[in-house]
Amino acid sequence: MVVREEAADCLLHALSDRTRRDIVRRCLVSEASVSRLAENYSMSFAAVQKHVAVLEQAGLVTKERSGREQLVRTDVEAVRQARAAIDQLEAVWRARVDRMSDLLKAEPLDEGNENDEREER
Amino acid sequence: MSVKSVDKDLDALTLTLVAEFSATTEQVWDLWADPRKLEQWWGPPTYPATVVDHDLTPGGQVTYFMTGPEGDTHHAWWRMTAVDEPKSLEFVDGFADADGKPVDTMPTNTTTMTLSPYDGGTRMELRSVFDTSEQMEQLISMGMAEGLTASVGQMDALLA
Repeated sequence: MVVREEAADCLLHALSDRTRRDIVRRCLVSEASVSRLAENYSMSFAAVQKHVAVLEQAGLVTKERSGREQLVRTDVEAVRQARAAIDQLEAVWRARVDRMSDLLKAEPLDEGNENDEREER
Repeated sequence: MSVKSVDKDLDALTLTLVAEFSATTEQVWDLWADPRKLEQWWGPPTYPATVVDHDLTPGGQVTYFMTGPEGDTHHAWWRMTAVDEPKSLEFVDGFADADGKPVDTMPTNTTTMTLSPYDGGTRMELRSVFDTSEQMEQLISMGMAEGLTASVGQMDALLA
């Protein structure tokens, strides 16, 4: 029970700060390095790093090492949804291109357009 | 292989796809411009499309519905924003209600299609963007809301 309350405190604490909420929002759109995040605030790199650590502890962001940088990403449904939406759109278009290709193969390869039934409205 | 490249930009929510066909530009254009041909490739075989209105002029509308295996119909629309026959077109597409009226709350995409001759065939470049800034923000605020709801739910669970 004590452990649970500690976790809740951790989450509430993480979201209780304006800078931290802003970091969560920024890292939803795209991952950002701590140094890039720090450019947005009038505070030291170390202070931003501390904020990120609080968010990470609360499970609101993830940190990933990329070369010499630590990339911060908000890991919530919106990002997954966006990614899923693009993946789905890709699948839809790949299938459409296949069908287009099949239709074109069924046509003779010439300049003739006698099947033109364009509707003018 | 018709699809030559696919680029997915998550930040810009953009899909760019390049395909090549062994056909003339006019033949590929006709797949878009002839509603009976469009019907044959737009929807998957399990959800064939029936095109109702088809006005490929700037400001013109294309309306269609797809019929599912249970006879369920799904209406949708394009609003043409640019047309340069037989080279390129651009349209916004979205969902509609059962009467074919656009549904404002559903996401829309802006799609740009460009044809160019290539090595005896035709290259089609397709760019589809999830219309945002508004929508991205909507998605984000939704995610934010969901994230926060999840967090609050988590809190409830933790406090239970």
